Amino acid sequence: MFDLTGKTALVTGASGGLGGAIAKALHGAGATVGLSGTRTEPLEALAAELGDRAHVLPCDLSNSEALAALPGQAAAAMGSVDILVNNAGITRDNLFIRMSDDDWDKVIAVNLTSVARLTKGVIRGMMKARWGRVVNISSVVGATGNAGQANYAAAKAGMVGMSKALAAEFAGRGITVNCVAPGFITTAMTDKLNDDQKSAILTQVPAGRMGTPEEIAAAVLYLASPEAGYVTGATLHVNGGMAMI
Amino acid sequence: MSDVADRVRKIVVEHLGVEEEKVTENASFIDDLGADSLDTVELVMAFEEEFGIEIPDDAAETIQTFGDAVKFISEAQ
Repeated sequence: MFDLTGKTALVTGASGGLGGAIAKALHGAGATVGLSGTRTEPLEALAAELGDRAHVLPCDLSNSEALAALPGQAAAAMGSVDILVNNAGITRDNLFIRMSDDDWDKVIAVNLTSVARLTKGVIRGMMKARWGRVVNISSVVGATGNAGQANYAAAKAGMVGMSKALAAEFAGRGITVNCVAPGFITTAMTDKLNDDQKSAILTQVPAGRMGTPEEIAAAVLYLASPEAGYVTGATLHVNGGMAMI
Repeated sequence: MSDVADRVRKIVVEHLGVEEEKVTENASFIDDLGADSLDTVELVMAFEEEFGIEIPDDAAETIQTFGDAVKFISEAQ
């Protein structure tokens, strides 16, 4: 089950914990992976760990020229992009009343606008191939909201709406567009939280623990697989019961 | 001109799965040949590839019929 042999997958944010785990899962299922991220060293290290079928494609998604070039670079390296995982994301948390315009704009640009532009860059190839998978990594806070994350929640909710619109447009072409919405996962992003914040969060998680990057990667692998061909426009919540939606 | 028309017709027939004789000069891709809006985008992409030309979005919108496509491509070449 979930055999991606012969498929190519571009994963953004692959220098982070979540993106790395996603790349490993897709690679483990047989896919050729393109590892994109801002920091080259961890990408090189991951590529070395994976061995064959791994390509390093450094890209700063906040740089519009680099972003525009990425689909072509990925296609040149791998021959095609059959699967796109929009995982890259940043946070600039602050209470709304104190949130600068710049913090708002940056988060929307990287977490939402770059997703649209990158998807546009790869979807022609998917249309021609009559097969494609776009998996967008949203967040539980896109559905529930969270104090201090107005920009992040807006971007992640926007991603869900956009995914549904794209799902409707491309369903007839064998292309599915879905979201995975992680809850609290052990990554560098949540390592910033102190112990008090973490225990406060865990009181809201019925599972009583944070999730692992591998548990998110498994959800992405499913949505990227041929078996999930009839699932589109959906958001798969992986949050330990934190929000049952 | 006729070569362009033959190649365009072949793409339309293959892409939309219609009979060749239905692809007439004034046949509208959407109204007569059953294309949806995304099909028309794909047809334009196929024309670009076949003829090695760029068809800008505003020009693509004016290509409604088989005759429009042949005319545009002949002039663009």
